[in-house]
Amino acid sequence: MSEEYVLSQDFEIIGGDFSNAGKTSTTIKEILQEIGIDPSIIIRASIAIYEAEMNVVMYAHSGTLTLSISPKKLHFRLLDKGPGIKNIDLAMKEGFSTATDEMREMGFGAGMGLPNIKKNADRFEITSTLGKGTALDILFCLNKAGKK
Amino acid sequence: MKLIKIKELLQAEVITGEESLDEEITFAGGSDLMSDVLAFGKPGILLLTGLSNAQSVRTANIIDAKAIVYVRGKKPDSEGIQLAKEKGIPLLSTKLMMYATCGLLFSHGLPGVSSLAE
Repeated sequence: MSEEYVLSQDFEIIGGDFSNAGKTSTTIKEILQEIGIDPSIIIRASIAIYEAEMNVVMYAHSGTLTLSISPKKLHFRLLDKGPGIKNIDLAMKEGFSTATDEMREMGFGAGMGLPNIKKNADRFEITSTLGKGTALDILFCLNKAGKK
Repeated sequence: MKLIKIKELLQAEVITGEESLDEEITFAGGSDLMSDVLAFGKPGILLLTGLSNAQSVRTANIIDAKAIVYVRGKKPDSEGIQLAKEKGIPLLSTKLMMYATCGLLFSHGLPGVSSLAE
């Protein structure tokens, strides 16, 4: 991606840290609001990033979320260190979940996360290596305000 | 329906947001599952939930919920209350269970987030 970014910031997410789960997304939503991104894009981006953050907390050891903003797009890249996903097609199916009771007690783990990220994003790419981790690229076009 | 009317109908306690009771609520949705709230919630929703950890408030903030009513007498922890104060999200708590809470509000004309026609 050769496009020039006007802002790029990294956020560290710690796996298993349930009490802080969701804080990064809350901060990112504040940043997007401060720089005046269209509200219809903010809500889609916030939901997608919150789902992605929860996935790191629930399943990975750690993750780095990089937010890059250019005049044309919001780009979130999330690289996690963790077990990886065995079958991405299956993980993309609504309702498929490998969540534990602890995750469900938090109100998560219903198997809606990845499908919901895809639903909200303008572009979504996922790659995973078993035993190493998962990489997500989540993009939002800024010149395409309004509902997806 | 104004939030104050909802408070009265549910005989709810206001945990925070007393100053926002005049706000108009146009639809609601009930779930203990934040995954579903994120997937089906819409901005402006009145969220009815029995999930009382900080995640409930974080989720409400992410989807631009108007307010939260905790059912079954639940109350969020101090972190949740603090975030709700910062974000201006009123929090109420009713002793009614989920079914009765939803039924009471629905029968008084507050529609759900979705309908069969959609």
